[in-house]
Amino acid sequence: MTLATLVPLQSVAFALVALGAPAVVFTRDLRRLAVVNGFYGIALSLLFIVYGAPDVALSMIVVSGVAYPLVLLVAAARIQRRRGDE
Amino acid sequence: MTRRTRVAVASIALAGFAALLVWAFAGLPDFGSYRGPYGFVLDRIATPDRHIDNVVNATTYDIRGFDTMGEEFILFGAVLGVVLLLREEKDEDVGDAVHSDLVRAGGPLSLAVAFLVGLWIVAFGFVTPGGGFQGGVALASAVVMLFVAAGYRAWSAVGEETVLDPVEGLGAGGFVVVGLAGLASGLSFLGNFWRPGVAGTLTSGGSAPLVNWAAGIEVCAATLVLFTEFLGAYGVSLRKAQS
Amino acid sequence: MSFLPYAVAAWICVVGLYGIVASRNLVHLAVCLTVTQSSTYVLLLAIGYVRGGGPPIFKGVELGTTAVDPVVQALTLTDVVVSVTVVALIIALALDAHEESGTADPDQLAELSG
Repeated sequence: MTLATLVPLQSVAFALVALGAPAVVFTRDLRRLAVVNGFYGIALSLLFIVYGAPDVALSMIVVSGVAYPLVLLVAAARIQRRRGDE
Repeated sequence: MTRRTRVAVASIALAGFAALLVWAFAGLPDFGSYRGPYGFVLDRIATPDRHIDNVVNATTYDIRGFDTMGEEFILFGAVLGVVLLLREEKDEDVGDAVHSDLVRAGGPLSLAVAFLVGLWIVAFGFVTPGGGFQGGVALASAVVMLFVAAGYRAWSAVGEETVLDPVEGLGAGGFVVVGLAGLASGLSFLGNFWRPGVAGTLTSGGSAPLVNWAAGIEVCAATLVLFTEFLGAYGVSLRKAQS
Repeated sequence: MSFLPYAVAAWICVVGLYGIVASRNLVHLAVCLTVTQSSTYVLLLAIGYVRGGGPPIFKGVELGTTAVDPVVQALTLTDVVVSVTVVALIIALALDAHEESGTADPDQLAELSG
């Protein structure tokens, strides 16, 4: 990657991450949080790739793709019953 | 102190903290002007010395392997904590069934493909990006496809302690055994005691691939134990919702 | 332009901390903790970045080309995987608290006693 192509891609990656963090924080519903956290993980992986760190990007993808959503969805099933189920 | 007061006070304090952070970061060197020296030294010597192409994994499993051993035991301890907290709530027979034919047909296929990809990521960790930690989580994600595609009863054949605990112990203990083997060969703990092979192939790195596989097996088994405990808790919640 | 990574790291850290303070649910609190943790990853990798450098992997690339720092990447990648289990432990504690007291709201949990 030459320097000329890197700078716009870096700005896009930083913007996505800076927008993703408040999106995760301001999501209250746990099921929605599982999906939004997954997208935030992908934005972080894009940032890590642009940083020249493919190993870290790979670990962020596998972790936020399967492990976090599973844990959060089980927590959602235990804590927040679906509306209309009570 | 009510919640509203607490949030207002915290907002002011966080604004001050943000100002402090920005002031602290302004003293760092500019983005992109890394001064080294360890990074530059490692980039120059890791590949000629250990014949490992992926310098990040050479650092993780060979040159700074002791650090990784500490992280692995954090993993081990945290999973132990989860098991102790959620253990008594597991429920074996839950009445869930997978209704979609596409999921039931495509699930085992995706399990096989994902498992192979996970093995490849662990095995070729010293040549391409990858390695034990990432590949371990990828392997665990492949195995959890069994739950997604076939329901809880199929999963509980794999996700029980008599299967997973020995594997996890093999990974964690294997790490320490490889370290002690380094000691026994006259080097330091976790020293590289085999002849470094050809760079870019599976035989590169000397004895570091053993550490790599131990870490991969440990992470895979620990993540599967974690999934087992959480899916057991999910089973309890399904049973409660049905009753 | 050269201060952008540090600004983003500071922003994410503070946003995560605000989420922890203002959270109404223990599981949501744990996820905000991971957001704060991700700010440390952004900062670490920003420190190790070399302008014009590629990833520190030398397969097919001749030795001596500029590469970024591998040490911070080694720290970050083990941390990413380990933090899943630590956050799972925190969520397991939250589930246990919900079982014991019927609520997962930190404010209401603080009022219970005995």
